[in-house]
Amino acid sequence: MLLRHTTKEVKVREGLTINPAKTCQPVGALYAALGIHGCLPHSHGSQGCCAYHRSMLTRHYKEPVMAATSSFTEGASVFGGQSNLLTAIDTIFSVYDPDIIAVHSTCLSETIGDDLHQITKKAADDGKIPEGKHVIYASTPSFIGSHVTGYANMVTGMAGQFAESTGEKKEQVNLIAGWMEPSDMREIKKISKELGAKIVLFPDTSDVLDAPQTGKHEFYPKGGVTIPELKSTGDSLSSIALGCISAEPAAIALDKKFGVPFETVDIPIGLSATDRFIMALSKAAGVSVPDEITSERGRLLDAMTDMDQYFYGKKVALFGDPDQIIPLTEFLLDLGMKPIHIVSGTPGKRFEKRMAEILERSPGANFRNGLGADTFLLHQWMKNEPVDLLIGNSYGKYIARDENIPFIRFGFPIVDRIGHSYFPSVGYSGGLRLVEKILGVIMDRQDREAPEEKFELVM
Amino acid sequence: MEQIQILKEREKQIFEKKDGGAAFDISCETTSLSGSVSQRACVFCGSRVVLYPVADALHLVHGPIGCAAYTWDIRGSVSSGPELHRLSFSTDLQETDVIFGGEKKLYASLIELIEQYSPKAAFIYSTCIIGLIGDDIDAVCRKVAKETGIPVLPVHSEGFKGTKKDGYRAACISLMKLVGTGETDDISPYSLNILGEFNLAGEAWIIREYYEKMGIQVVSTLTGDGRVDAIRKAHGASLNVVQCSGSMTSLAKDMEEKYGIPFIRVSYFGIEDMASALYDVAKLFPDRPDIMDKAREIVKSEVETLYPQLQKFKAALSGKKAAIYVGGAFKTFSLIKALRSLGMSVVLAGSQTGNSEDYRNLKEMCDEGTIIVDDSNPVELSKFILEKDADLLIGGVKERPIAFKLGVAFCDHNHERKIPLAGFIGMYNFALEVYQSVMSPVWQFAPRKGGLK
Repeated sequence: MLLRHTTKEVKVREGLTINPAKTCQPVGALYAALGIHGCLPHSHGSQGCCAYHRSMLTRHYKEPVMAATSSFTEGASVFGGQSNLLTAIDTIFSVYDPDIIAVHSTCLSETIGDDLHQITKKAADDGKIPEGKHVIYASTPSFIGSHVTGYANMVTGMAGQFAESTGEKKEQVNLIAGWMEPSDMREIKKISKELGAKIVLFPDTSDVLDAPQTGKHEFYPKGGVTIPELKSTGDSLSSIALGCISAEPAAIALDKKFGVPFETVDIPIGLSATDRFIMALSKAAGVSVPDEITSERGRLLDAMTDMDQYFYGKKVALFGDPDQIIPLTEFLLDLGMKPIHIVSGTPGKRFEKRMAEILERSPGANFRNGLGADTFLLHQWMKNEPVDLLIGNSYGKYIARDENIPFIRFGFPIVDRIGHSYFPSVGYSGGLRLVEKILGVIMDRQDREAPEEKFELVM
Repeated sequence: MEQIQILKEREKQIFEKKDGGAAFDISCETTSLSGSVSQRACVFCGSRVVLYPVADALHLVHGPIGCAAYTWDIRGSVSSGPELHRLSFSTDLQETDVIFGGEKKLYASLIELIEQYSPKAAFIYSTCIIGLIGDDIDAVCRKVAKETGIPVLPVHSEGFKGTKKDGYRAACISLMKLVGTGETDDISPYSLNILGEFNLAGEAWIIREYYEKMGIQVVSTLTGDGRVDAIRKAHGASLNVVQCSGSMTSLAKDMEEKYGIPFIRVSYFGIEDMASALYDVAKLFPDRPDIMDKAREIVKSEVETLYPQLQKFKAALSGKKAAIYVGGAFKTFSLIKALRSLGMSVVLAGSQTGNSEDYRNLKEMCDEGTIIVDDSNPVELSKFILEKDADLLIGGVKERPIAFKLGVAFCDHNHERKIPLAGFIGMYNFALEVYQSVMSPVWQFAPRKGGLK
């Protein structure tokens, strides 16, 4: 029955969201904050918010996820949450001893009007922040935007509240990570190293949410961007924002405050987006592209040409977060596939504009983002015009099962498979992994369903 | 080993059972301290887990998107029929709604959904900000109920208005509005309702079958594999059998007061408790000795099969030590007994929502040296697991990776269990799961408990 709840006829819905393609801001802020070394994220709201976010991230990464909560009660909702947050800051520094507390708000604390800037300032004035320790914050009301907005807000908070300018430029480039996996951040660092570019990547969740088994529960794993690194971002030559929605706001903040110029490129998913990223970074850092990277590109291109016949003309539906969906859609087109139905729950005109440009190559494609752009709508579109492949987070499995089509897990959350935290989707090698995954599901299906006389050994 | 500090304010929520130790006075049923990394959830979470398994009802979450997104099909409460409960419906409130109110949106959403899915009833969950922006969800519910002819039940589950337990209570209040509205003509005097059983991995079916074999009619299960019509006539049953005491005792009390239905508390975990759950029910129907005979037959034949199967596990697990940190305290009692029957001892026992009576009972049950905690956090759990040298942690989703990082085995006794752990077959499954995790070959490669080999 579960599978048969989607109706074919698309009706205008008055604000009702069914099976969302997004969640709320705070979980994004929490994820971003985990990308700072020695940071304890703090949720300023009810206990449930923090429990849900930790559970969701734990399910996605199979890792312990630490965060504290202000534990709002009835009193806080009447008198404001200031005393809760001040107590929390005390408690956290005395018991959990982080280097930084990264506070994010919730719908509750925003609605009662708590001002995080004022409260954290009061904490500092009252001497509640020990020497050498820090409290940063981001306003992340759940009734605006999505989890991606919350991520962007916390990353902006990191840049805006940590960066300093010594007046002396440093030979380094800021790489501002859009929402991506720890594996992707690791790959970005690897590519930069191969290029010989000196970078500061933030946030950086590698070695935080893909920590090895050591027999210890590390409350603060070894990964994450450090405070000196974050401070130095104000002196960098320039910034490259990876993603116009989740990363660009932080680049703008650094530009405004310290005059660090920036360029925004897509998250390097697929051939074209990786080309643009490599070019942008080599230009910004003044380095040339080594043969190693050129060969890696060649291998991806080789796989694309070798297997072209299996990609060509295949229709795809996809859903997820804008900064990932934009380059992924472009990559599918580069492979000769036809992305025809695309939704993202995250609002924003930038997505609309970019998708309209990219999808000129796929006339008639449906795409929508923001309110009403949920997986229910996507499923309805698919019932009206079927596809050969679905790409999205774990919640896509209901649709894939109902429509009996191949499905690739991509995005957040993925709670029923592993791999996303270990193997990157970015860069040329990430592209190769996507090619392998797409071919795998499409060819498995062909093998499973081909009549015996057409069942082929060599494909 | 590095010394891990315990927060001063937390000392009252931790107790170590020792001869001549401090008087037992554990502090519980309090909200968590601001700034703690609590493993607890909120009022909404409590209501949502209790009502979620009602499969032919509409569950609409009124608030910003998060609360609906995080509770979208995350609990394996299985249904034998309709599965409307596994979808996620939200009014997805935006900034303008927060300013101007969300009542219109709620009304429109309800009408659309009821038209589309013809549910038997609708539960409307209030989230944190609903209380603040002043939406009168009761009025909207009344209006929609009148227009559509189905029960439309507000659930006052604003997250900050207490603890998860208050959410259980809010859910029970909503359920109580359904109870008593159905026909009871076809209900036998030898009948009961199963309360506090959520049919994770099909557990309610196992329990139901035992009672039916005893010749007792099961009127409704609340709420596992739940159906609105069955709940409506639950007041026709002669007895309420309550498991997971934290969540459903209040409904049992309300039903006792209003309809004179007595209730008993049971647990379906472990051989001892499972057998008692059948005998205790049979004792309440003394005019039908055949019911007790059947109960004895079931227990005898199940135990005869089970006992020899358990010996292999017991041989391997004897002397191993377990730590338990689960949602409700009642479950802890059964787990201690079940682990003992496998030859294991319990070195840490704790819960998120136990009350003082629960903790007194727990203290009585536990061995010397056992640590008892209320509303614990990962630092404490890690500390005690290491200090007490536990081989196994029993907990939920947030505890699992902590155990594995420490190199300790794990058993999920929470929402994410994949196999039934209730009933006699459940004891076998439990033993198997514990055995598999504790004896896994993977531990020979994994550094354990901080020691690098």
